[in-house]
Amino acid sequence: MALPPEAAGHAAESSGLRGGSAHKAGQRRDSVVIRFAGDSGDGMQLAGMQFTAESALAGNDIATLPDFPAEIRAPAGTIAGVSGFQVNFSSNEVFTAGDEPTVLVAMNPAALKANLDDVPPNGVIIVDKEAFSEANIKRAGYTSNPLNDHSLDKYQVFQVDVTKLTTTALHDTGLNNRAVFRCRNLFVLGMISWLYQRPIESTVRWLEGRFKKTPDLLNANVKALRAGYNYGETTEMFASSYEVPPARIVPGTYRNITGNTATALGFVAASVRSGRPLFLGSYPITPASDVLHDLASLKNFEVYTFQAEDEIAGVASAIGAAFGGAIAITTTSGPGMNLKAEAVGLAVKTELPLVITDIQRAGPSTGMPTKPEQADLLQAMYGRHGESPIPIIAASTPADCFDCAYEAVRIAIKYMTPVILMTDGQLANGAEPWPLPDANKLPEIKVEFRTDPNGFMPYIRDPETLSRPWAIPGTPGLEHRIGGLSSEDQTGNVSYSPANNELMVRTRARKIAGIAREIPPTTVFGDQNGGDLVVLGWGSTYGSIREAVKQIREKGKSVSHIHLRYLNPLPSDLESQLRKFKKVMVAEMNMGQLLKLVRADYLIDAIGCNKIQGRPFKVSELTSRISRVLEG
Amino acid sequence: MATALSRKDFVSDQEVRWCPGCGDYAILAQVQRIMPEFGIPREKIVFVSGIGCSSRFPYYMNTYGFHTIHGRAPAIATGLKVTRPDLDVWVVTGDGDGLSIGGNHLIHALRRNVDFKILLFNNRIYGLTKGQYSPTSEVGKVTKSTPAGSVDFPFNPITVALGSSATFVCRTVDVEQKHLGEMLKRAHQHRGASFVEILQNCNIFNDGAFNELSDKQIKADHQLVLEHGKPLIFGKNKDKGIRMNVQRAEVVQLGNGVTEKDLVVHDETNLSLAFMLANFEAPLPTPVGVFYATSRPTYDGAMNKQLADAKAKSGTGDLQELLNRGDTWKVN
Ligand SMILES: Cc1ncc(C[n+]2csc(CCOP(=O)(O)OP(=O)(O)O)c2C)c(N)n1
Ligand code: SF4
Ligand SMILES: [Mg+2]
Repeated sequence: MALPPEAAGHAAESSGLRGGSAHKAGQRRDSVVIRFAGDSGDGMQLAGMQFTAESALAGNDIATLPDFPAEIRAPAGTIAGVSGFQVNFSSNEVFTAGDEPTVLVAMNPAALKANLDDVPPNGVIIVDKEAFSEANIKRAGYTSNPLNDHSLDKYQVFQVDVTKLTTTALHDTGLNNRAVFRCRNLFVLGMISWLYQRPIESTVRWLEGRFKKTPDLLNANVKALRAGYNYGETTEMFASSYEVPPARIVPGTYRNITGNTATALGFVAASVRSGRPLFLGSYPITPASDVLHDLASLKNFEVYTFQAEDEIAGVASAIGAAFGGAIAITTTSGPGMNLKAEAVGLAVKTELPLVITDIQRAGPSTGMPTKPEQADLLQAMYGRHGESPIPIIAASTPADCFDCAYEAVRIAIKYMTPVILMTDGQLANGAEPWPLPDANKLPEIKVEFRTDPNGFMPYIRDPETLSRPWAIPGTPGLEHRIGGLSSEDQTGNVSYSPANNELMVRTRARKIAGIAREIPPTTVFGDQNGGDLVVLGWGSTYGSIREAVKQIREKGKSVSHIHLRYLNPLPSDLESQLRKFKKVMVAEMNMGQLLKLVRADYLIDAIGCNKIQGRPFKVSELTSRISRVLEG
Repeated sequence: MATALSRKDFVSDQEVRWCPGCGDYAILAQVQRIMPEFGIPREKIVFVSGIGCSSRFPYYMNTYGFHTIHGRAPAIATGLKVTRPDLDVWVVTGDGDGLSIGGNHLIHALRRNVDFKILLFNNRIYGLTKGQYSPTSEVGKVTKSTPAGSVDFPFNPITVALGSSATFVCRTVDVEQKHLGEMLKRAHQHRGASFVEILQNCNIFNDGAFNELSDKQIKADHQLVLEHGKPLIFGKNKDKGIRMNVQRAEVVQLGNGVTEKDLVVHDETNLSLAFMLANFEAPLPTPVGVFYATSRPTYDGAMNKQLADAKAKSGTGDLQELLNRGDTWKVN
């Protein structure tokens, strides 16, 4: 784990990285955090993702956090165009992608400048020496070359001729300079793979798949990768390679998965298990689009993807599909949620099953579209006209997105209601190892369409769940009309009766509140019988909070962690659990939205811990805050 | 089907709540009358509407129905039709619902050619909200929201539909029961999005907006009934026609050497002709009938074909195989 106190020590140890010795035996490390940074065109995401895959195959626990600019191609060499990918791989359990990189790979001066503040003293920096041309240095906003002006003296800097070495390795491939330049990321990946003893064969296989139709490029990329690997072996620069032994992970078969892919798979699994086709109506928006992309290629799973003309049509088409009996979903981010709000109200009123996925990003307005935030919670709770409660489920890790997407569909169908699933940009693009579930052991999702015309009315209710029948067009004898107008209990006929309106509003609210019956008891990490402080969180802050709480507990302090998956309704035992603690602190990436709910619902004088920077909490930020609260 | 259905089978038990004298009654009556002719079981028929007086329509049809939200009916119907190609889907909308708040969904449904019928009730006014001007109201129109007259240039629904690459475009009039019935039949026969503009009288907020086309005394001189393959003739005595004068259409009096041979012959497959007819302004008559009809693959058909092809090629998806995809590793 790369955590602030350890990381410093870690970096100190790494001084052994410095070369000169002929002998290159591996040294052990518990965990390492590498950040690959370069121009958006430099392929750093790819290098990072492949390194992650290699590390996962090597048995480490891992967590990753990509960080890309909103501009697809900001001017080359500028700070605005810097793209980064951080991976934390460890022999221990990993909760976050790491606060600070132990190793920073900077492909140009801008990448160095944009990331330097995060590198701890004595940290390792590997640069492409030739990229530090006068023009690039100026473009990055440096006045002098940082490689020569002693400004990097407190770090261990390795200047590698990446461009030259890649060019030399590929001299006989016949590729032009531009194409050769684009292989630099593979050279770096090879070099770093050697440094941390990662076999590169899985990357070779991956390249074979990717460049199936362009053998020239395949050949060049593989060559660059192997050249980088061999360079690590032969150069005098690195004293040794490092071994990060496998983590003790629960036995099973694993794959590495991002939150967006997990979300897509969760929906497909729910569709397959329910025996109904999946329909996604969606309009592209960062960071949600990958769910659309993933699902668009799964047509043989009876998955319909409709790229609508806007977000309103995205949700509206899904409502139409739900009316017809499909597993209907829509995916978007905050701005799209605003557009969908009116239609979601229709789904509430007509009581149709639907999952609305909000993959949150930093707002307001376009804000920082590629950065995570959790400021849509109150919008999900209340951002509609009229009384329209909706169940809300939030995923806490990339792999958890699978379970949450699945659960969202299950609840939507069981209770005939729209459900909001919340993730964010960090979960969407972050990745972690995922133990493959057994498809046959997933919870049952029962779809029972009404077929019996006897006694049928659109708004009669199941006595237990209060859900109304799903009566789809095509069923003889059940012809009926539904709509947004207030409707009479049972018959569903348009009704302006004041008492009936209140009855229907309250019944729907009771239906949603009743879901709490099946929410599992709240689990407390830490002091089961209460203690000095509990940190309450939801969503992607899980890893940072858990790690911070663990660290403080190791010092013998009484701090615990409760993390919510169900935000509406809240678990029925949550209040009593919170009341066991002297202090309650709600940590979230907004100005205190869950905090408001907790204070309002329970009259508990909870305090907030908030960050609105489009960046996850650092563990160190949380530990220092927790320590202060414990002292104060 | 065992027994043929009758008009009554399509009448729901709900009390119809339009203003007495509203043109919507005539449209409802004709739709209910024509439905049995299609021979489709009631449970397979769905009416989807937006919001407006016109959009109350589904409540009165004894089929499946969905009264949705303002302007979004085409989008909702798209999701329904794509996943349920077995259904006979009708969209009912108004000039405000379909051309103002829902304009975006209308044009995209038309260009995609989703296989449903769109009935746009055009009364050139916002009825339900009590009489504001609409996107089809004429410049100068005095309404509650335009006391000094509208300065808003109107849409022509037919050119909007043609411009959206609609594959079937027609216009008819609420009180022209026979013609309305024919247009509904043509729309129903068509595969793809059929756009039917129905000129509808709102006797409360815009009475007489289409008098020239519905008043028996004068309509023959103002209405040009389009019939495929027939010359463009109109007038009480069928003695007026449309002739091309270089590139412009003009009205000519038949006789005195002018014969039917000199007139434009209607061709539903000619898009340029359709645009020209759609833009007719006085003194040219107002065309009703089918402006344009062509055939193009439907969106729902194409999408379902992609799904079928994917299944044929790779077999029906295996969930466990999907979950296990990519590089996996075992931890013992
Ligand atoms: C989101 C939203 N905005 C505004 C309204 C109010 N509204 C209801 S119907 C309507 C106009 C309807 O005009 P049109 O579509 O021409 O239907 P008509 O009543 O004339 O048949 C308006 C503005 C609404 N229901 N929803
Ligand atoms: S207001 Fe006009 S359109 Fe609406 S029901 Fe009355 S007459 Fe018909
Ligand atoms: Mg109108």
